[in-house]
Amino acid sequence: MSLNEQFIAFMTILRKEIKRYLRIWTQTLLPSAITMSLYFVIFGSLIGSRIGEMGGFTYMEFVVPGLIMMAIVTNSYSNVVSSFFGAKFNHSVEELLVSPTPNYVILLGFVLGGVTRGLFVAVVVTLVSLLFTRLQIHSYFVVLVVVLMTSVLFACAGFINAVFANSFDDISIVPTFILTPLIYLGGVFYSMDLLPPFWAAVSKLNPLVYVVNAFRYGVLGVSDVSLGFALSMIAFFAVAAFSFCMYLLNSGTRLRQ
Amino acid sequence: MHDYGYNGALVFQVMPTRMIPALSIKNLSKVYDNGFEALKGIDLSVQQGDFFALLGPNGAGKSTTIGIICSLVSKSGGTVSVFDVDIDVDFPGAKKHIGIVPQEFNFNQFEKVEDILVHQGGFYGMPAPLARERTEKYLRELGLWDKRNVPSRTLSGGMKRRLMIARALIHEPKLLILDEPTAGVDIEMRRSMWDFLKKINEAGTTIILTTHYLEEAEALCRNIAIIDKGKIVKNSSMRDLLKQLHREVFILDCVEELPEDLSIEGFTTHRIDNHCLEVAVEKGQEINQVFQQLDAQNIRISSMRNRANRLEEMFVSLVEGAA
Repeated sequence: MSLNEQFIAFMTILRKEIKRYLRIWTQTLLPSAITMSLYFVIFGSLIGSRIGEMGGFTYMEFVVPGLIMMAIVTNSYSNVVSSFFGAKFNHSVEELLVSPTPNYVILLGFVLGGVTRGLFVAVVVTLVSLLFTRLQIHSYFVVLVVVLMTSVLFACAGFINAVFANSFDDISIVPTFILTPLIYLGGVFYSMDLLPPFWAAVSKLNPLVYVVNAFRYGVLGVSDVSLGFALSMIAFFAVAAFSFCMYLLNSGTRLRQ
Repeated sequence: MHDYGYNGALVFQVMPTRMIPALSIKNLSKVYDNGFEALKGIDLSVQQGDFFALLGPNGAGKSTTIGIICSLVSKSGGTVSVFDVDIDVDFPGAKKHIGIVPQEFNFNQFEKVEDILVHQGGFYGMPAPLARERTEKYLRELGLWDKRNVPSRTLSGGMKRRLMIARALIHEPKLLILDEPTAGVDIEMRRSMWDFLKKINEAGTTIILTTHYLEEAEALCRNIAIIDKGKIVKNSSMRDLLKQLHREVFILDCVEELPEDLSIEGFTTHRIDNHCLEVAVEKGQEINQVFQQLDAQNIRISSMRNRANRLEEMFVSLVEGAA
């Protein structure tokens, strides 16, 4: 395929993905806006006012970056896992597999579909957060880099889940039992300084710690971990996840007999 | 020779000095992870413009062969070339030549009919205006244009089969592979699909067909391969294959009542009822001899038919012979 044909194939997959989640916006976009509004009301306004300052900011200001990132992580992940598993389940993925579209274009199409949903929801959640607090962005560059790398990382993770899943149960197990605990333990609601040294060290194995702190640095200018190290870790996990996805597609694991 | 490129421009090609086969398979083997040997080194060649039947009982290896050609199944050994493009060297290049109509419905049931085709065109790198143009062309030709805006799940079984044919043709492949395309389709619809397939074959598309309806293969295909237990047990022209039949049984409907002691010298007969006679014609015998002997006994024939489909008899003898 020429580069132009590959671009057409990529845009076809991406448009199809965007059309899919916009068509079912009550299942894909609305829940995040409602859930995050509840977080803002409960943790930010009601409980947060009694907690006082954290890291030199009001509790509401402190949790907003983590909650925006939480929406990006869950949406980029769930978009790819549900879309790709659905295509595998009804065999429509064969439309792509029999076509000359290169594997990296297939992967980019699905991943970028997840990224756009993550960004879409991030904008919605950010607008909702403005009803509760003022947001001043410390570094637009860091915010953009972290958002893009994180959504690519979790879109790839969703893809991996979809490839190995055999049933719809399998695509909800990982988000429920792995992703959500990692998010909650990733410093969305607290500063790592509050943890005992042992648990602070254990937390550093959690990729969400780097994601949340790097994004918090971009918004507030504070982070529990070094920004350079956090960005390096996110980039490392994103490249590793993308490479593993490519391996799965090239080897045909769970896709070709 | 000429061809129309994606941009619609007339492209002239130099006539090749030797005819490249549409499909060339050499020593193809497949062993599944559970150890099942689905293909045991098959060789197969399908010429350009052919209408080729690949027949075999369930589990013989037909779908595995097709799966390997279109990349849904990984081969264990051997080579496959499509229009001289080796799938191990340039699979995307080979895939451009192939259109596949699988046995099972494999489209998104929630997508609209038109979208399924336009998206498929996109996967082959076709610009959207051309994809939409081709979508309209094939949906009209296959009688689905009125259904273009409905979700594909609302189509009937026959319409879904036609949708998959339209989808396979969207990039106008030179080789169309149909894996039991008329399964579960009523006879009227089946015959209209036959007419459509004959038309595109006459226009130059090479077609490989698998089917369980042997009269379909006999009516459509010029060449045939029979596969059984992962091996090709017969590969010849349809005419040559049918010539090898040692015996054909005809049923004759007679105008006059048949006498109780009717006999036709040199032929085995069976009197079904007062007006109906079964006659076995061995290889080398002529049915005219039967007519002459009946005429001599003042018995006229009003109609005649084969007791069973000729290809079916051959197929059963070959598959049973290989067992």
